[in-house]
Amino acid sequence: MNQAASRVGGWKLVGDLGFTFMGLLAATFLIGRIMPIDPVLAAAGADLTTAQYARVAAELGLDQPLLVQFGRFVLRLVQFDFGQSFLSGNPVSVDIARVFPATVELATLGILIGATIGIPAGIVAAVMRGTWVDAVLRCITLIGYSMPVFWKGLMLMLVFYVMLGWAEGPGRQSIAFEGQVPTVTGLLLVDCLLQGDWDALRDAWGHVVLPAVSLGYGAGAYLARMTRSFMLEQLSQEYMITASVKGASTTRMVLRHALPNCGVQLITTFALTYGLLLEGAVLTETVFAWPGLGQYMTKAMFNADMNAVIGGTFVIGMVFVILNQLSDLAYRRLDPRSQ
Amino acid sequence: MGRMTFAALDFAASPAAMAGLAIVLLLIFVAAFAPWLATHDPTAQSLVNMLQKPSKAHLFGTDELGRDIYSRVVYGARITLSIVVLVAVIAAPIGLAVGCAAGFMGGWVDRVLMRMTDIALAFPRLVLALAFVAALRPSLENAVIAIAITAWPPYARLARAETLVIRRSDFVAAAWLAGARPWRIILRQIVPLCLPSLLVRVTLDMAGVILIAAGLGFLGLGAQPPTPEWGAMLSNGRDFLLDSWWVATLPGAAIFLASLGFNLLGDGLRDALDPRRQS
Repeated sequence: MNQAASRVGGWKLVGDLGFTFMGLLAATFLIGRIMPIDPVLAAAGADLTTAQYARVAAELGLDQPLLVQFGRFVLRLVQFDFGQSFLSGNPVSVDIARVFPATVELATLGILIGATIGIPAGIVAAVMRGTWVDAVLRCITLIGYSMPVFWKGLMLMLVFYVMLGWAEGPGRQSIAFEGQVPTVTGLLLVDCLLQGDWDALRDAWGHVVLPAVSLGYGAGAYLARMTRSFMLEQLSQEYMITASVKGASTTRMVLRHALPNCGVQLITTFALTYGLLLEGAVLTETVFAWPGLGQYMTKAMFNADMNAVIGGTFVIGMVFVILNQLSDLAYRRLDPRSQ
Repeated sequence: MGRMTFAALDFAASPAAMAGLAIVLLLIFVAAFAPWLATHDPTAQSLVNMLQKPSKAHLFGTDELGRDIYSRVVYGARITLSIVVLVAVIAAPIGLAVGCAAGFMGGWVDRVLMRMTDIALAFPRLVLALAFVAALRPSLENAVIAIAITAWPPYARLARAETLVIRRSDFVAAAWLAGARPWRIILRQIVPLCLPSLLVRVTLDMAGVILIAAGLGFLGLGAQPPTPEWGAMLSNGRDFLLDSWWVATLPGAAIFLASLGFNLLGDGLRDALDPRRQS
């Protein structure tokens, strides 16, 4: 019975994922269609005879019905064929494969910082509900998610780079270290570790710490707020009273009873926040001149390089959708209460 | 009546909620009286006065074109407020229409509409808005449209949930029996009852809208120069961060304050109206 139910759940997930992907593809297709740039002129230049125009249009498949065009678009995108970037001259997929690890590195470090601070802070706030500790934590979290991430980044840069000189400046590496560490994973910190190059590692850390903290503060604020409300819900349950009557200490009650019961909700929130950070990285990368997907897309936008914009949108959208659906799955599979 | 009074008392008793209300009222006041509050013309350039420190003559200093930053921040309140209002005016009715139709009609209409809503909910909002604006050409109007088309799904879900409850009530049955057409029931009976919770949700979302709009402006995809939009002003100031901190810092503080105000107000409204907290 249970086996059958989970199999149905699996098919439903595949179906949901398929539908959402088609929606994402339709949205990106639409974005490509609404742009006021004529794709024929963009591809072949402005001076064309009518016959040349028609030939280029046919080559690009623009003479086909819209549905056929959409079908071809989908076939290309699912193979990660986003076309050429006008700006770099490379295939967009090659460009993305080069810049995406930098974004992943930034977002991953951001979520790790956010979770290590945010989740414990949320637990403490819930346990000490109504005290001054709760009030202070509430203020800090509120500031965290009210601040625009790019302002946070600029202020951190102003204080820790310009004024105090504790951190390195914009970019991912100082010029002296550029090209010194061979690319293995594309995650610079990991590559430095693999190489055992401690100076390069220290330099890379000095560059990544400010953007990661500006992302991590927002993520931590959100996680703390959610953790607090999940914990409050558990702490008000009757089994907590039972545990307390049986003489369990507060620490034991919180860590052994309440926390495991919020586990699934926390994992879900964690995954969603990670997706949001990939998005937030677009703005942070601009502030810190971080050579990731966000900066790549912004540059492409200002140069009407629509293939690159659509490719980047699709990749971020895809990761976002997968994280979304996976956390949904985790929720349904791991939490018996949701069945 | 009684419930609303309690909610209002609850709201007034919370300092955080009242602070939020004060900030939002301040924002509205500044936007409404911008010409009287500003000390300079927000677009008047004066290259002799470029990058002046904050002083009596220029409360927040001047930018790289010698424009008075205080006056620009004051006028910027109008831009921010109009973005917020326009997004609410576009996105909330779309969500309301989709949600009410889905909840009221049920069956395949419900399934199709809610499937669309779920798909849209799973999208990355900021990146999609960025791509839309990039495709449509950057401008304030296009930024508003892009934010609005990514903002409606939560409203549709909320409106559907409310509609499902209201649909079963006696007065809807009475309207049916009296021969009212479905559209009339939706418009006259269901929509008005969905509005309060929708308004709370819209207020809660406004902080996010302000941040996304400022983000678009920051990337140069929102209001175009010389419009005094806070995000764009902040972005300008980046180049002068080393020796003129005020150019980027003060517009950023304005964005932060506006978003903080809506967060506090939204939280306060939600807590006050949450029936679970009425014990």
